[in-house]
Amino acid sequence: MSDNKYDLHKLLKELTEKGGASGYEESIAKIIADAFAPYIDEQRTDNLGNLIFLKKGNGTGGPKVLLCAHMDEIGLMITKIEENGFLRFTSLGGFDPRTLPGQEVVIRGREPLEGIIGIKPPHLFENDEKGKGAEMEDLFIDTGLPETTVRREIKVGTVAIIKRTLLTLLNDCITGKALDDRAGVAVLWFCARELANLKHQADIYLVATIQEEVGTRGALVSAFGVSPDIGIAVDVCHGDFPGAQEYEVSPLGKGPVITWGPNIHPQLAERLTETAKENHLPHQKDVSPGPTGTDARAIQVSLGGIPTGLLSIPLRYMHTSVELVNLEDIKVAGKLLAFFLTGLRGDFVEGLSCI
Amino acid sequence: MYIKELSQLPGVSGDESRVRNFIKEKLVQWGIKNQTDSMGNLYAFKEGRGKGEDSGIMLTAHMDEVGLMVSSIEKSGHLRFYKVGGIYEHTLVSKPVKIGHRDVRGVIGAKAIHLQKKDERKKALEVDKLYIDIGAKNREDAEKAIKIGDYVSFDSEASTIENLVKGKAFDNRAGCAALLEILQKDYPFSFTVVFTVQEEVGSRGARAAAHRVNPRIALVLETTGAMDIPGVKEQNGSVAIGGGPAFTLMDDSFMAHPQILDRLVSIAGQEKIPYQFRRYTGSFTDAGAVALAHSGAAVGVISTPCRYIHTPVSLLSLEDWNHLVNIIDLFIRSVSEKGI
Repeated sequence: MSDNKYDLHKLLKELTEKGGASGYEESIAKIIADAFAPYIDEQRTDNLGNLIFLKKGNGTGGPKVLLCAHMDEIGLMITKIEENGFLRFTSLGGFDPRTLPGQEVVIRGREPLEGIIGIKPPHLFENDEKGKGAEMEDLFIDTGLPETTVRREIKVGTVAIIKRTLLTLLNDCITGKALDDRAGVAVLWFCARELANLKHQADIYLVATIQEEVGTRGALVSAFGVSPDIGIAVDVCHGDFPGAQEYEVSPLGKGPVITWGPNIHPQLAERLTETAKENHLPHQKDVSPGPTGTDARAIQVSLGGIPTGLLSIPLRYMHTSVELVNLEDIKVAGKLLAFFLTGLRGDFVEGLSCI
Repeated sequence: MYIKELSQLPGVSGDESRVRNFIKEKLVQWGIKNQTDSMGNLYAFKEGRGKGEDSGIMLTAHMDEVGLMVSSIEKSGHLRFYKVGGIYEHTLVSKPVKIGHRDVRGVIGAKAIHLQKKDERKKALEVDKLYIDIGAKNREDAEKAIKIGDYVSFDSEASTIENLVKGKAFDNRAGCAALLEILQKDYPFSFTVVFTVQEEVGSRGARAAAHRVNPRIALVLETTGAMDIPGVKEQNGSVAIGGGPAFTLMDDSFMAHPQILDRLVSIAGQEKIPYQFRRYTGSFTDAGAVALAHSGAAVGVISTPCRYIHTPVSLLSLEDWNHLVNIIDLFIRSVSEKGI
């Protein structure tokens, strides 16, 4: 089993620098399929586009576990080609328009094309525009190309993503775009790599879901398709930053976050916490008072109800192009899941219905 | 053509050394006499063929770019900053930056949209609420990598799209690059070229440089904001990229010398070189400092139009820039021959 093609950093570099806006995840799916191949037994893509891997358990009769992380990222879609070739756009998922002026983008035209997100300069703001945050309608993409070329290469409906190189900062921190939730995909990959040397009864379905950012749609159908006994979503949560309320964020570098609340089966959260403690893995706790904004929301109510867990990587500046995570948190999360899976027996899963 | 290479160098006002060293290396390589002053201005003395007579002409372009400066380090290890020059604040968020001479990487983050209240989203992000994140654990950890006073520049890569270039700091590395083209040509007369410092914080280098050189005639090479973009009213148009170099009529710092302006226009007309007038009359350039030094100089400003100046990524036309080099070349030949 060779894994020398990727290491965690290299995988994340490829995964974050390439584009895969919600609904347009194919090129990311290719990289993921390539990276997971050495560690899995089966692979399929469902009708909607979810990428589903199976790593079979040792022996038969083990529980069926779904682990998922979404592979889509927030993106932009061209809505109008203006005079002189300037492009108007809308967003796929939740961008803060104030983070967009001065960004470079890659447009998925017939060939990839680069552009700049422009806005008029501040000295031309009218009085009522001063102090106002930029809105999507104030912004446009400038490719610098003549209108005829733009019209030939780009159509209404063409998708664009922010252009951003993954950078390494101090203390194992990395920053780039789409770490929400390619960091989660990397956790799944790291877990699969750990499992290569471990025994487990469970049949493990590792799923890279699509369209999370537009409403956890991939998770909805993949949970149905896999019909697991347990589902665990791996996503990102808000990391600490200056001015944040302590209750709304989790510090970076202190391990993955185990969520509790109505969306989460308490015994699963308990088991994940115990596993972390037994293996001396750093971990944090977060509570969410309703359906979480993750794939866990869809999984829990799929079929006749699926016991669901959520493991998150703390991430700063979510939905900007400088999302920032700590690599160590990703590794710990991968290990935690691997240990959880190796210890998983059928009786634990049966017990989850006796609540 | 050194636009791309020059633009990639960090060179915020007061910290121009990397740009200066790059240019100096070229001057030495080409055997051009040069010197620096205490502020950091770089003077190149272009000698004419057979030690041709000094024409009294000075050409200048500023080396510095707008940027940031680290003002303090939070307990958490995040960096607060001052703006250096007229940076466009609304383009700061969600960008990578380079800090100090070791090029420590950082990013300017923003509160996630999920955590903002509705009315918060409608307001512009205030620059004094922003900070740089270098991944430090705390203040002590950050102090190992950076120090208060470190200069911060944008971190964007230069690239070419057909006949356009895209990147940071074209204001005014495009001007510096044009002067490097001129310095490689052969002239029958001598003149002085100055690469100035601190233009973006008030044309401070040019003041000292003009005093030293004391020119009769000066041409200031600049890069000016193109307004040929959506949302700008026709009457605020200023200049467009692809329309040729722009001649300044006046700005907040000076009035173009009428005979210099006439000569630029007539050269462009004769040679069928496209040109435009900079229709926006605000803002300042080194021209103000140069025109009012000593007993005064006849000064003109010629600019490459550039979209999105003072932001992380700007866009200019290489055709405009080539025309600019061409006009400057013809202008100094004409003035040295016929005067103004």
